Amino acid sequence: MSFKIASSPHNHNQKSTSQLMLLVAAACIPGILIQAVFFGYGVLVQLVLAVITAWFTEALILILREKRILPRLKDNSALVTAVLLAVSIPPYAPWWIIVLGTAFAIIIVKQLYGGLGNNPFNPAMAAYIMLLVSFPVQMTQWLPALPQQAAELTPADAACAVFTGYSCSGYSMTQLQSTPDGITMATPLDTLRMDLSAGLTASESLQKPIFNNISGHGWFWVNLAYLLGGLLLLQQKVISWRIPLAITGTLFILSLLSWLSSPDTNGSPLFHLFAGATMLGAFFIATDPVSASTTDKGRIYYGILIGILVYSIRKYGGYPDAFAFAVVLANMTVPLIDYYTKPRAYGHTSRRRKQ
Amino acid sequence: METLFQKIQSGALWDFHGGIHPPTRKSQTSQKPIAVMPVPERLYIPLRQHTGVAGQLLVQEGQRVLKGQALTASDNAMTVPVHAATSGTVIAITEHTSAHPSSLPEPAIILEPDGLDEWRPREPMSLTTADNHAILERIQDSGIAGLGGAGFPTHLKIGKYQEIKYLIINAAECEPYITADDLLMQEEATTIVKGIDILCKLLNPQIVLIGLENDKPVASAAMKAACSQRQNYHIREVPVKYPSGGQKQLIKLLTGQEVPSGRRSTDIGIVMLNIGTVFAIAQAVLDDHPLISRVVTVTGDTLSQPQNVLALIGTPVSTLLSYCGFQPERRQRVIMGGPMMGFTLPDLSVPVVKITNCILAPTHKELPAAREETDCIRCSACADACPATLLPQQLLWYSKAQDTDKLKEYNLFDCIECGACAYVCPSEIPLVQYYRVAKADIREQQRDALKAEQTKARFDARNQRLEQEKQERLRRNQELAAARQKAQQDTGASNAVADALARIKARQQQTEPAGDQNREHIIAEREKQKQQARAYQQRKTVTGQQTAEAGTPATQSETAVPAENAQQAAIAAAIARAKAKKAQTKSAPTEDIAAETPAAAVTTANETTTDDPRKAAIAAAIARAKAKQAQQSTEAKEAPPAATVTTTNEAATDDPRKAAIAAAVARAKARKQTNSESS
Repeated sequence: MSFKIASSPHNHNQKSTSQLMLLVAAACIPGILIQAVFFGYGVLVQLVLAVITAWFTEALILILREKRILPRLKDNSALVTAVLLAVSIPPYAPWWIIVLGTAFAIIIVKQLYGGLGNNPFNPAMAAYIMLLVSFPVQMTQWLPALPQQAAELTPADAACAVFTGYSCSGYSMTQLQSTPDGITMATPLDTLRMDLSAGLTASESLQKPIFNNISGHGWFWVNLAYLLGGLLLLQQKVISWRIPLAITGTLFILSLLSWLSSPDTNGSPLFHLFAGATMLGAFFIATDPVSASTTDKGRIYYGILIGILVYSIRKYGGYPDAFAFAVVLANMTVPLIDYYTKPRAYGHTSRRRKQ
Repeated sequence: METLFQKIQSGALWDFHGGIHPPTRKSQTSQKPIAVMPVPERLYIPLRQHTGVAGQLLVQEGQRVLKGQALTASDNAMTVPVHAATSGTVIAITEHTSAHPSSLPEPAIILEPDGLDEWRPREPMSLTTADNHAILERIQDSGIAGLGGAGFPTHLKIGKYQEIKYLIINAAECEPYITADDLLMQEEATTIVKGIDILCKLLNPQIVLIGLENDKPVASAAMKAACSQRQNYHIREVPVKYPSGGQKQLIKLLTGQEVPSGRRSTDIGIVMLNIGTVFAIAQAVLDDHPLISRVVTVTGDTLSQPQNVLALIGTPVSTLLSYCGFQPERRQRVIMGGPMMGFTLPDLSVPVVKITNCILAPTHKELPAAREETDCIRCSACADACPATLLPQQLLWYSKAQDTDKLKEYNLFDCIECGACAYVCPSEIPLVQYYRVAKADIREQQRDALKAEQTKARFDARNQRLEQEKQERLRRNQELAAARQKAQQDTGASNAVADALARIKARQQQTEPAGDQNREHIIAEREKQKQQARAYQQRKTVTGQQTAEAGTPATQSETAVPAENAQQAAIAAAIARAKAKKAQTKSAPTEDIAAETPAAAVTTANETTTDDPRKAAIAAAIARAKAKQAQQSTEAKEAPPAATVTTTNEAATDDPRKAAIAAAVARAKARKQTNSESS
């Protein structure tokens, strides 16, 4: 009789990497649904395109790298990258945007650095930055939320718009972006920033129809949905509370301070927490374990850094939202943060004194 | 403000970083009494079952031994003996698969029990009369080594070298499945307390803490009842969390202190012993019952009767398993130890040894085999679980890169290999295995570095010694030469060679400084000759044939003489130099040169092939060789073979040249031997 030889430990808890990744993707579902309700079914089309591209490019590179394909495709990391990029871009952006972006994320940002676990940057966010810098027009084609949309869009319309630039009933993207009054809409964050620079007060700007009383129509609910998904991840212990709390906390404190000092020229803390990609970024993007800090203290610093960067870029920068830049900039600091936040090992007096 | 000691006394508990909660699965065995197994057909008793060196064998094959008889001696401090677990015959002393993760064979005594179970004479001790030294000796002679798993000789741990404040009895038993200590406490609490009494006598601690996880209510109650008469014995129930039974972790849990990295717990006044060890001490001291049996948890879903068994040391695992109704699956895993830190067995003839606390034979469903390792996603679940607060994800990275410096910087050697990191890893990376390999590599590197250092030191010392010897020889030779010269001068005996040398030297001194004058003289001479020749021609033409014939020889002889003289002188000088050289070689023994470059010695011998001096040189060489050999044979008992001497002698009579070579070879050999012996 032959006996199996194995190295200890011989038992294992059953949560695997692929399950963790799947949970992350699943926790996005409420957000995706709310996004589809408020901004049209385009997000679903983008999602399908992104996932197919991700799997295809991942397999392609694994073949080139002479690695086994199935075990790595099954880890679902490509799926998560695809989902995060698909929900980040405007839902009616042309198809080649998402295909190009996903291919860039998988091939260049992830696989060329050595595959899962070796990429210094968050693949979805690096790809988002590439797209935003290269194709600013397509990447800012956000539609107004449902109540202000000029035309009712069916799923078929969404597919047509993504592939041809026109809805099946023949509306162009410009027409789709307009409200029934014929005004082209920017995102709430963009609107507020432009209004403030145009001399309006924050309260005047917030009177505009794009805003509900907190942030923007639709955007508030999307953020709430991602917050829900994020809390689910926390409850499932997929992510640690440190990064999301540090980001939202920092953002809250900074916006509160500036809002209290000058309410006319600043968005409220609630506005900042529930506008743009705040909740998606804090719970889903910044918590990507590969590119984030891995020590407990480091994660706090990492989160604070992202919070500061997000707030600074929103307030002083030239881009509508800041999460992609903030996350990728913070990714760069991770090796340094990790090095200086090593925990004190058992039986050691201080981590510095050894040197 | 309470002091730390008061806090500890009042029952405060601390927590350690990390830890995990694997399913404990202890109820399968914790409710049943300890079964006493019949004596197996064969016992395989490894000679070394502790951390340290094996003792000298005391028995021979075929010898009958009694139960409790020592089979090996406790001949030094790091040694504890092994004992016959029952009476019987030693049928073989041979290599047997070891109870070690490597499964490498190691020497073991194979004992065939005779079924009589006949004890050797026993001398129980009384705690009131025995002195500490005798108790310690008894503990060592009873073969007691940490039963918790480390196998460290217990007498070393409890021989009091430092002030001990806390005595901690480790009964946490945090590994899943294992209930051996639990059952021992349930059934033998009073004996265990007697064991603690012995330890208190030896160590005199201020407080005794008995730490166990709070999933052992029966054992806890039994221990509390047994300790009720002792004021400073405290039962501490700690929350279930693996690895609370790790020495460092339990110290932190019960005292809030940490053992400094690289130090021992005694450095902070703490001695910790496993509860099984305490029981063994009580048995050894009070009953003179050496460590010949222990409680082993035999469990897993492939067994129809999982239970705790009192097994004799040396019982093969196969016997133990079949006693508990083993129905193996295909590719069955049999683990010695718990699921977290145990190791799989390659075959079931491996015996139960002193540190074996569990035999686990799980089904595949129960403990699924590890899946394929995937990429680390740096989720840091391992760092959250690490009870030593290390960063396993970084250690993995550096152990794959074999970056020794970084591994040390990230405190690889503080890893206790508990397996918590690998347990939680979602990518199923066998992290502990990586660390074990990295640790072994680093240890090997350190050994190699040490070896290289030692070799270098030896090499330097050798060079120094050779140089010193050379200088000494040179000095001795000079002294000898000076003495000989003096002797010659004293006796006045003039050596022909020395005289010739002196003459040549004198002549050279004469001619050399007058080099230029000499040349002028020669030129002048030539001029004179030319003039003479011219004069002669003139004369020839003037006088006639006859006068010319008479005059020529006279002039020729006149001019040729100086030239002939110079040539002869040069030849004489050359010969004299050669002779002088020879003389020098003869008088000043050349053994150092000859020994170091035998070939050179041979060629010199070839060159100096004039009869008498050659023979003299050979004679000298032989004499030297003999002298050296004599010297060496007194120095080293294994003297160079006598054959060499005879060969040299024979060769000497045959052919002088061969003799010289032989002598040189002999010298070289002799030297090599002394070198190898001295190194």
